[in-house]
Amino acid sequence: MSKDLILLAHGSGGRLSHDLVERLFLKHFGNPVLLQLDDSAVVDLPASQDDPRRFVASPPRIAFSTDSYVVSPLVFPGGDIGKLAVCGTVNDLSMSGARPLWLSAGFIIEEGLPFDDLEGVVASMAATAASAGVPIVTGDTKVVDRGSADKLFINTAGVGLVPPGTTVAGDQAQPGDVILLNGTIGDHGMTIMTQREGLQFASPLVSDCAPLNGLVADLLQALPAGSLHCLRDPTRGGLATALNELATRSQVGIEIDETSVPVREPVRAACELLGLDPLYVANEGKLIAIVAPEAAGAALAALRAHRYGQEATIVGHVVEAHPGRVVLRTALGARRIVDMLVGEQLPRIC
Amino acid sequence: MKYVDEFRNPALARQLLHRIEQRSQRPVRLMEFCGGHTHAIMRYGLRSLLPPTVDLRSGPGCPVCVTANADLDRAIALARVPGLILTTFGDMVRVPGSRESLQDAKAGGADVRLVYSTLDALKIARENPARPVVFLGVGFETTAPTVAAAILQAQAEGLDNFSVLSLHKLTPPATRAILDSGEIALDGIIGPGHVTTIIGAGAWAFLPEEYNLPVAVAGFEPLDILRAVADLIDMIEDGSPAVSNSYARSVSRQGNPTAVDIMGRAFQTGAAEWRGLGAVPASGLSIRPGLVQFDAAHLYQVDPGPTKEHKGCRCGDVLRGTFTPPECPLFGKACTPIRPIGPCMVSAEGACAAYYQFGQEE
Repeated sequence: MSKDLILLAHGSGGRLSHDLVERLFLKHFGNPVLLQLDDSAVVDLPASQDDPRRFVASPPRIAFSTDSYVVSPLVFPGGDIGKLAVCGTVNDLSMSGARPLWLSAGFIIEEGLPFDDLEGVVASMAATAASAGVPIVTGDTKVVDRGSADKLFINTAGVGLVPPGTTVAGDQAQPGDVILLNGTIGDHGMTIMTQREGLQFASPLVSDCAPLNGLVADLLQALPAGSLHCLRDPTRGGLATALNELATRSQVGIEIDETSVPVREPVRAACELLGLDPLYVANEGKLIAIVAPEAAGAALAALRAHRYGQEATIVGHVVEAHPGRVVLRTALGARRIVDMLVGEQLPRIC
Repeated sequence: MKYVDEFRNPALARQLLHRIEQRSQRPVRLMEFCGGHTHAIMRYGLRSLLPPTVDLRSGPGCPVCVTANADLDRAIALARVPGLILTTFGDMVRVPGSRESLQDAKAGGADVRLVYSTLDALKIARENPARPVVFLGVGFETTAPTVAAAILQAQAEGLDNFSVLSLHKLTPPATRAILDSGEIALDGIIGPGHVTTIIGAGAWAFLPEEYNLPVAVAGFEPLDILRAVADLIDMIEDGSPAVSNSYARSVSRQGNPTAVDIMGRAFQTGAAEWRGLGAVPASGLSIRPGLVQFDAAHLYQVDPGPTKEHKGCRCGDVLRGTFTPPECPLFGKACTPIRPIGPCMVSAEGACAAYYQFGQEE
């Protein structure tokens, strides 16, 4: 790292973020649960309060996750920082196959924020939590001096229950598995980009920000036990980074087809204009599902039957070759490696 | 996406590839001048689709990459002037100078701001009248007119806190420098599309006339590049070098006279230091003496410290086309986009970054 200072790119979700986690947080916090390195930690419940070392022999297991939100602007087409904060943690829990049960919300507010702005965000959080069916049950508020924070930062944490028999995790992908995506990529990141100061241009872009717990529940229900191997939401760093994480964690190769990854026209156009690759642009209502080949048809049908999965497609396959690497077949038929996001494509998108 | 998809059409690409395969007899080495071309070639995997007789070499067409360390150090020292706001295009921020990058200076408290246009830099200057605002002018003939326009605009507005550190460079003299060095044998040149939109295809006539080399000016979509390669192979096989324009939707023979005129009003030509090429006569743009109040090189006397080259870095060789990125011993090992040692691994137009990001399978 560079002269011991934290750079914006350390928060990009790409390579530098991974370095920070591995070289700092894992070094100090390292424990078997944290080392799962999934979107949420999955832990076994202690059997009794008398002896917390005794664990229940069989599940239920608890999923636990936290995330902070610093997006600027606070309100954007398709959502706001509050909706994002609820969806983000609900989705992180859902990606371990858990049913999210409760959320906490912590607010860091800059002195001088209009009350109405805050109420708008809080009302949006309440509405999103209600639509996801996950109540916010505890919270905290801090106000800091003007200039010490940018308007409003929110942290949410959540707890969920992993249904018995669910073994969804980032290290479960197997050669032969099919990779599905529940819709178009890049909508959230490009929406924020076009709202940023200096870059505003009229566009029909709308963030895809959405709670995915209902979609995951439907998917789990539709598939035979054990056939859903991995779930991941491709947020910061985009689809490319999330697939790289899965390839590394499962020590498998991943192959995707450029022409099968859906990108909305205005997103493509905005990416083209700004020189960005949609594969690296953030999403807030998308998931990657890796399933056993015989379950692919049912998985696709289950995703498409849900309002947040109507445009679901199969984007690629898991292979034995090139473990840890993601290979893209381009529209012209050439093959190239797709690496993780390096540096920072977009500042403060979530 | 209209007007882009047409130039990525797989069926037409196959036709062009077939034409190239049919026509290409002897092995040829072509240089794509532009880093933008290198990125498109790697992104679409064109190298693996072309017949083995066609060797593509990346050239010096990455403005960030050819910026000499001494100039980078000067920009970083400027950023550290108390109260000063340094505005720059994003790519420059991560390029390591002799000791640090602008990103390091920013994390250490320097006010470095990324802009997408010189208009943003002017806006920052208007909004901060009490603070000096410097725009770091890096780029070829493509960017230089917009920077020239910003200087003239600042003059018209009396915006006296705005200035430019001009490190702008011209592409034809660099091409001459590579050919004159005799270090690398080239059979043809894929000419820079955006630059030529400004200076006109006629600016490359010296290549067939003086060097007996064909040049094909190309756009940045896969079909543009394949068409340019096909044209070059035709000209090579026919023994009739000329300037071919496969980017006619943007490039004309005379270019954009308005842009060239604006450039001439704000800048004058002089020698410039290029990474990899050294001092190249008449290849740099400095601000005209009449506009000295907008010339950051004149306004601020900073001490950038001694210049140090990065040990083992072969960016200079990559920029001259004598090395391909994977031939550098640091490539992908000590030098990666996370910890770049040379600028070619940083810039969105850098050849090393393109080879790394869009790597081919071993």
